[in-house]
Amino acid sequence: MTQWIDACAKDDVAQEDVIRFDHAGQTFAIYRSPDDKFYATDGLCTHEKIHLADGLVMDHIIECPKHNGRFDYTTGAAKGAPVCVNLRTYPVKLEGERVFIDIA
Amino acid sequence: MREVTYPRDYSLLGRDAKRATEIGLSNAQWYAAPIPRARLKELMKRSDGLAIRDTLIWFASFIVTAGFAIYFYPGLWSIPFFLAYGVLYGSSTDSRWHECGHGTAFKTRWMNDVVYHIACFMIMRPPTVWRWSHTRHHTDTIIVGRDPEIAIMRPTAILKVIGAFFSVGQTKSATKNLFIHAWGQLTEEEKTYVPEMERDRVYLVARIWLAIHFSVIALAIYTQSFLPVLLVGPLPCMYGAWVYVLTGITQHGGLAEDVLDHRLNSRTVMMNPVLRFIYWNMNYHVEHHMFPMVPYHQLPKLYEELKPYTPPANTSVFDAYREIIPALLRQVKDPTYAIARSLPAGVTPITQPIAAE
Repeated sequence: MTQWIDACAKDDVAQEDVIRFDHAGQTFAIYRSPDDKFYATDGLCTHEKIHLADGLVMDHIIECPKHNGRFDYTTGAAKGAPVCVNLRTYPVKLEGERVFIDIA
Repeated sequence: MREVTYPRDYSLLGRDAKRATEIGLSNAQWYAAPIPRARLKELMKRSDGLAIRDTLIWFASFIVTAGFAIYFYPGLWSIPFFLAYGVLYGSSTDSRWHECGHGTAFKTRWMNDVVYHIACFMIMRPPTVWRWSHTRHHTDTIIVGRDPEIAIMRPTAILKVIGAFFSVGQTKSATKNLFIHAWGQLTEEEKTYVPEMERDRVYLVARIWLAIHFSVIALAIYTQSFLPVLLVGPLPCMYGAWVYVLTGITQHGGLAEDVLDHRLNSRTVMMNPVLRFIYWNMNYHVEHHMFPMVPYHQLPKLYEELKPYTPPANTSVFDAYREIIPALLRQVKDPTYAIARSLPAGVTPITQPIAAE
């Protein structure tokens, strides 16, 4: 079962950047990669619950702003200490100028 | 709110550790200045070029100082070269450990890791343990009972501070821990911040390091010369530590404990280019703590951005010590005392836990 949510406009996210999206008490991070694809993950770092949207996107990596832990935001894979637990990812689709994520 | 009891308990397993967690000082939300995202992104940008340049100069400096020290040894002329080599070995490694541990010095991850491991070996900081201890330092900066990197505890132990300039306590504890780790154990405090899955790496590195240290001692015995142990191991770490301690004490020395605002517990100090090269710009310490993703070479620009929100920087190391030394002496008898930072007009400090968004 899917639950697509309208998260933001495409233009809300700059290329190679991330924004925060809150919905129903949950927080997500929406990414736009350098090759202009969109991705979504949980919004908080699995290490110490810091908002990843304040972090730095480098290619397909998001770096946490507090302790520099890195994840591959396309797969959610933790890339080494201090992050050891993978990030949950969510399917993304584009409809016109809008970005939808499936939070089911 | 639980009252503070003096003397404070700096152990990570003690009374104040429990207190910090109970009252929300641990893993709390900290003040961050409202820098526009676009500007912050510019400042966070990584670059290999600058760090490669600095690292080549750094390696070259090792070769030149060690070369002359060996050439003139055992003559008196070797002494200034040993002193310079020692500062590279025992002090400049502190900032390389620090920056590469954050992964911000180079853009390329493996370059950070290579320099990190070299620096860790020289300054005798087990790479995995210290990566995690520094993570905790950034989560709970100068929160008593939580931060494993509080350099000067109160009441101030003056002899310990003086000894630190020669890395007496640091080397003693590093050597002891090296054997503990090589034996396949962590200390009880290390267990509070090093996750289970990372521990085997600690033991492996300790065994490799011990093998290197014993090889250096064996070489010294074989060649009947002190040269090997003067160049590699605990000795250069000790005779060269003074610069990192001199600069390191300025980071938090004499300032407030248990506040959630780096402007109150950290200090930015203007330093000359030589010290800034050795220290890799960690003199911009308020800025570093507030935005740890900004690489060392961008910190002067971040300092300019943050000026409207931060206390005036100390104008020199001398200026910093003019307030640190009296504060440390006062804290010998009065552990409640801390230097108060003056923030720009209209800027409110954060001293109590605030609800996370």
